[in-house]
Amino acid sequence: MKRKSFILIAMLLIASLLVTACGSKPAEAPAAAPAGGDEGPIKIGGIYPLTGAIATFGQSSKKAIDMAFEEVNANGGLLGRKVELVMEDNKSAQADSATAAQKLIQQDKVVAILGAVASSNSLAAAPIAQEAKVPMVSSSSTNPAVTEVGDYIFRAAFIDPFQGQVMANFATNDLKAVKAAIMTDANSDYSIGLANVFKDVFTKNGGSIVSEVSFVSGDTDFNAILTTVKNAQPDVVFVPSYYDTVGLILNQAKNNVGFPENVTFLGADGWDSPTLFELAGDAANGHYFSNHYSPDVDSPEAKKFIEAFKAKYNETPDALAALAYDTAYMVFEAIEAAGSADSTAIRDSLVKIDLKGVTGAIKLNEKRDPVKSAVVIKIEDQQQKYFTTVNP
Amino acid sequence: MAEFLQQLINGISLGSVYALIALGYTMVYGIIRLINFAHGEVYMLGAIFGYYAITTLKLPFFAALALAMVLCAGLGVIMERIAYKPLRNAPRVAALMTAVGLSLFFQNFTIYSIGASPKAFPKMQQINWSFMGATVSNGQVLILFTAIALMIILHFIVQKTKMGKAMRAVSFDQDAAKLMGINVDNTISFTFAIGSALAAAGGVLVGQYYGVVQPLMGTLPGLKAFVAAVLGGIGIIPGAMIGGLILGVAESTISAIGYSTFRDAVAFAILIGILILKPAGILGKNVREKV
Repeated sequence: MKRKSFILIAMLLIASLLVTACGSKPAEAPAAAPAGGDEGPIKIGGIYPLTGAIATFGQSSKKAIDMAFEEVNANGGLLGRKVELVMEDNKSAQADSATAAQKLIQQDKVVAILGAVASSNSLAAAPIAQEAKVPMVSSSSTNPAVTEVGDYIFRAAFIDPFQGQVMANFATNDLKAVKAAIMTDANSDYSIGLANVFKDVFTKNGGSIVSEVSFVSGDTDFNAILTTVKNAQPDVVFVPSYYDTVGLILNQAKNNVGFPENVTFLGADGWDSPTLFELAGDAANGHYFSNHYSPDVDSPEAKKFIEAFKAKYNETPDALAALAYDTAYMVFEAIEAAGSADSTAIRDSLVKIDLKGVTGAIKLNEKRDPVKSAVVIKIEDQQQKYFTTVNP
Repeated sequence: MAEFLQQLINGISLGSVYALIALGYTMVYGIIRLINFAHGEVYMLGAIFGYYAITTLKLPFFAALALAMVLCAGLGVIMERIAYKPLRNAPRVAALMTAVGLSLFFQNFTIYSIGASPKAFPKMQQINWSFMGATVSNGQVLILFTAIALMIILHFIVQKTKMGKAMRAVSFDQDAAKLMGINVDNTISFTFAIGSALAAAGGVLVGQYYGVVQPLMGTLPGLKAFVAAVLGGIGIIPGAMIGGLILGVAESTISAIGYSTFRDAVAFAILIGILILKPAGILGKNVREKV
């Protein structure tokens, strides 16, 4: 009896793990004709991570989108109609992103979808939007695969190859690094994509990759892999992951494992959150990451946006907010240009969009990816300092 | 060699936390034959109590540790009185399901009351020592020594005090203990209190070591501590310590040789292995049960 019940419990445990691991497949969406309708407000959906691992990304995106909708409605709306935002929380998870897309398309009958933030979340929602022929514009998913899902999927951010290339060149040219280590989140399309490009470009520049380790998002113990990385004696460590894990990695690297001062950590736009400084404390100082925008960038659009955002929320907008704001305006412009709130018409005019946005000029290439510049940000005294701009 | 030593130190720090949680599993199982699956959540709540004791009440680290242990000990007693005591004579599966339910309740109640986002646990002043090429931080020393101290105190309580004697008696034969005039209910509550206090200590130590606490942090360590308890021989107190340390070192070793993504799988592979090879655990004796 005793032995049997143990075996039973063990099996239950393993089964429960398997169930959680496979729970992320999006369900097939039956093609529904999203009726724009000619009366009432134009409904636009949003899929953002308002809770969960990357909640600060979703929250600041939502603030900017709310602001954009208020601005447009204050100016009389679009095509003589008001615009209405239907916001869904995807809890930073793949499965919930797919469910949110289903709900927005079938129940709310939105004409377009804004979001999601993380590439893996966008990849879960995109096939559903594509199938239903509802244009979806992701604000900050940088994995190339996102827009490859189909011709109804767009984005407002630059893509990983560019971001990885920027950081690899920055490591070689500005930091004179020859030995790099890479720490990848094995569970994130974003992380793997960036790591691969960084590796290619850095080796082409004559550098060598001395250590490659991986972890899974949700881990809290990085001491063992950080020890491996430290012993490989790299000049730079590239950690393309999100702020919640990066904060812990930087903290443990300095405080538990004792990384030498001259090893620089490099990252990408996933680092952009105040939570990173909370988790890492002074261990974040002296490291660099690439981003879509910095509040220190000088352009009339950015100034106007930052002023309005500060007036409304009493805080400086981060890059996620800036991108989400541009995403909303891409869709507004497309609706205006199309002269119709029909999903297919919106898609056709999105392809030709030419918007002077907060994060730079947005013009799409044939893969529906914007071609625009990146900024490199240095962390000093737990603050983001604009370092340089890199053009494509 | 230095790297091996470093990974061994990492593994022992992690393992001593597993051992602290595993002790609670093992003691409760030893006394009422119940796998308390809500135990991982007690660990999580301990970490969160510790977090608030340090950030809001501005207590020094050891005072926060003690406060979290006291609060969780109380919680353990309440949990036993409300959820498990009415089921003491019910089939064992009923109590097991209650434990799973309690675990979900604690997780979701915590998310509801303080939010799901991770919270940065304040670090104490950092000191690193070099030791034969490896670095030992005061955080690691703190985990190791607190864990050892608590285990020594536990050993003393179980072996040398009257309450410990009662615990051993109840564990050996509940009915006979009752006939000898031992208050079985109080003894069981006391066991829950001690087990929960140890889990809380584990939680606060981990919060300080890794620098973060969040409502779902208890699930995986809870399951792994269960594996550690089974590995050492469930119901046997030194077994839980050995099991925890073996598991911690195994995980660090796997990460060190480059298979860090298999880290969690290793814990459960060990569980399967031990169930096949020696179901009673390392220190366990095979007992024939009469049917």
